[in-house]
Amino acid sequence: MWVILKKEISAFFRSVIGYLVMIVFLLMIGMIMWVFPDTSVLYYPYASLSQFFDLTPYVFLFLIPAITMRAFAEEYQNGTLEWLSSKPLNDFQILSGKFLSSWILVIFTLIPTLLYYYSVYDLGSPRGNIDTGAVIGSYFGLILLAGVFTSIGLFASAVTKNQIVAFLAGAFLCFIFFSFFDFISRLPVFVGTYDDIVQKFGIIYHYQSISRGVLDTRDVLYFLSVIVFFLYATWLTIYSRKW
Amino acid sequence: MSVDVNGLVKTFGQQRAVDGLDFSLGSGEIVGFLGPNGAGKSTTMKMITGLLFPTEGSVNVCGYDVSASPVEVRKRIGYLPEHNPLYKDMYIREYLELVAGIHGIPNKKQRVEEMIETTGLTLEAHKQIGALSKGYRQRVGLAQAIIHDPEVLILDEPTSGLDPNQLADIRGLIRKIGEEKTVLFSTHIMQEVQLLCNRVIIINLGKIVADAPIEQLNDRMKGRKLVRVQYKERPNNALIKSINGVIEIEQVGKDSLDIIYSSNIDIREKLFTQAVEQNLVILEMRSEQHDMEDIFHALTKTS
Repeated sequence: MWVILKKEISAFFRSVIGYLVMIVFLLMIGMIMWVFPDTSVLYYPYASLSQFFDLTPYVFLFLIPAITMRAFAEEYQNGTLEWLSSKPLNDFQILSGKFLSSWILVIFTLIPTLLYYYSVYDLGSPRGNIDTGAVIGSYFGLILLAGVFTSIGLFASAVTKNQIVAFLAGAFLCFIFFSFFDFISRLPVFVGTYDDIVQKFGIIYHYQSISRGVLDTRDVLYFLSVIVFFLYATWLTIYSRKW
Repeated sequence: MSVDVNGLVKTFGQQRAVDGLDFSLGSGEIVGFLGPNGAGKSTTMKMITGLLFPTEGSVNVCGYDVSASPVEVRKRIGYLPEHNPLYKDMYIREYLELVAGIHGIPNKKQRVEEMIETTGLTLEAHKQIGALSKGYRQRVGLAQAIIHDPEVLILDEPTSGLDPNQLADIRGLIRKIGEEKTVLFSTHIMQEVQLLCNRVIIINLGKIVADAPIEQLNDRMKGRKLVRVQYKERPNNALIKSINGVIEIEQVGKDSLDIIYSSNIDIREKLFTQAVEQNLVILEMRSEQHDMEDIFHALTKTS
């Protein structure tokens, strides 16, 4: 697993994707957070990072499928996945290596944003007037959300050998799981009857719940089970090629 | 036996790509695996390495069943897939170190240098794989297949697209490995089989049509002789075929024919008189040895 993890991470930085993802993400989020008046913290009456945590998932929606799209699609195209499978590795090692490497890349991308926390902390009046518990919870939620998007992206990459298809399918599936259920729960059919159940299928509900700074095991369990579900689906897709 | 294949069957939908193969390979054997395109060679090789599950039958490598303990089997197999897939943006050393890492080889760097040396990559060793010519890529492919010193080496068309010098090098390498290990390689170059192999397995439509040491295979052509005739103008093939003893005619050039005939009737005199009757001029008539190509042809022709 570590061999694959290392190979994948070095592949990110060899193919510029790694740098590009970091730069694009930090640039977009930086602009949204500090420059655009509509969303800037500086124009916001409260010392809060809520804009950051509300908007980052939408950036991830595109960014993470862009990271994961090559994971399997490229290997199919080159025939290297078959080669890799002829080596003494089991599918689990290949899958977890690929999953963890993408996830770690996203988590690394998030690290510079800790500066935002410090800035807002420092700008608060009085200084330090920020809900630290909520920030920690939100980061935790963001990392879990990134894990879900990564596993969805991997799945999308495993079903096709075309990277563009993998990207579009990944972004679409991420969107479905992120906000689709939230949207349809507001349909008249569901309102007042099943709306909260439908809502709970989506990521938004659980993400917001964690963002409040309350680490509810049910939410964590939700994220973990979606991750496991998509990793399992990915594994099935790879495995089925041997039949 | 290093490799035991028992009743191997693989179906893709309606098509039986591999249809009941049985063979065993021992160590110290270099076995040529031949067959026309689509005969099931690559499919069989993939099943031996565990990349495909057999529909029926089983494969045993060094005492391990491929479906039951695939990882144990893969530790003992070196596999060079068809088309030799490589990570083109990696450097040779980086790539070989990755492979060494996957195999858990203790002295990675040293082993990689050894491999670069054995496969003759020293001069190109600093390059990216994508920048290498086909022959050198093939060497990288071979290096990754033998880096862990496998018991069994499975090479799917290892010499396709190489120039004559590279061919000689790669063959030399295969021969050296084959002294102690088991090598199964597929090829379309018949001459190569004669040069390298002690044994040949020919398959057609997923079935074994021949499995014998090279010398014995030549015996299959016993009772048949071959004469190559060059006419000055186009002869009448049907008329030649009507000569008693002619088994087969193959057009080799515009006006040249390979005529296979049964060895107890000498048709050469008849050929000559027939040509005279037809007012045809025979420029050349030459008895030829059957080579591997004829054997291959005779065994795999689907008519």
